[in-house]
Amino acid sequence: MADEALFLLLHNEMVSGVYKSAEQGEVENGRCITKLENMGFRVGQGLIERFTKDTARFKDELDIMKFICKDFWTTVFKKQIDNLRTNHQGIYVLQDNKFRLLTQMSAGKQYLEHASKYLAFTCGLIRGGLSNLGIKSIVTAEVSSMPACKLTSYFLTNVFSSYLSGLVVFVSCFCYLEDI
Amino acid sequence: MAVCVAVIAKENYPLYIRSVPTENELKFHYMVHTSLDVVDEKISAMGKALVDQRELYLGLLYPTEDYKVYGYVTNSKVKFVMVVDSSNTALRDNEIRSVSMFRKLHNSYTDVMCNPFYNPGDRIQSRAFDGMVTSMMIQVC
Repeated sequence: MADEALFLLLHNEMVSGVYKSAEQGEVENGRCITKLENMGFRVGQGLIERFTKDTARFKDELDIMKFICKDFWTTVFKKQIDNLRTNHQGIYVLQDNKFRLLTQMSAGKQYLEHASKYLAFTCGLIRGGLSNLGIKSIVTAEVSSMPACKLTSYFLTNVFSSYLSGLVVFVSCFCYLEDI
Repeated sequence: MAVCVAVIAKENYPLYIRSVPTENELKFHYMVHTSLDVVDEKISAMGKALVDQRELYLGLLYPTEDYKVYGYVTNSKVKFVMVVDSSNTALRDNEIRSVSMFRKLHNSYTDVMCNPFYNPGDRIQSRAFDGMVTSMMIQVC
């Protein structure tokens, strides 16, 4: 359907637009990724309001994540999340084996280093949706082989988990720096 | 129909509040504020109830001598509170009326939310929203 291609192309242009208009040094310190993520956040808030207008009330966090994996993902990307895993303590891993925004890019390891730019908006989308439903969270993405991607969301429900998530983010940043 | 309409954010501050007889506004503000407690009580009690569409609509919160207060909560924890005149018998089929009125409110609120110039958490200043609320209140006088 043509409407899928529209969002894909717009998203690609958005990413390249943000990077083209980035000032000196912004690309390295990750400001562009933050901008994209914030865009996704605002869009996610509006989208989730529209999608949950007619659904019943959510029983618990797992219910909310299931909604995101099924209905939300289907409406935005025309497919469901392939795998949802949780440790029941606020960490949810969503696995999509054929992520719509990455399928046109490559089918293996090529362009892997650019994948994070194209996932920032979607991370923000999930974070915005969760925030509007009353859950503060951090959403990160990992791509080991295109076009499969893993999105991890850490729910910040209490002080301990926010400390833990801060630690996780710090460690993952550290690993990222190590790779360079 | 409605005498006062209020939209309250999930942090319990008002995003939009408007009443028709503008001289007694404070009384309505106070009524809406006290109804928030009832709303919270209903939400927490709902946890064990069955999950269906009607859950968004909370029904009659509490009646006073002149007015009846109805509530509705969205999935994003935004509350709509409507105060109607007790003497107004047109609202006898209150369920249907309130459900359709709250639906209109919810639809307009969703439209406001999707407006890119609106920051979630600000007061609602949309003319379309004002117009919709006016149409719900205009029958009083």
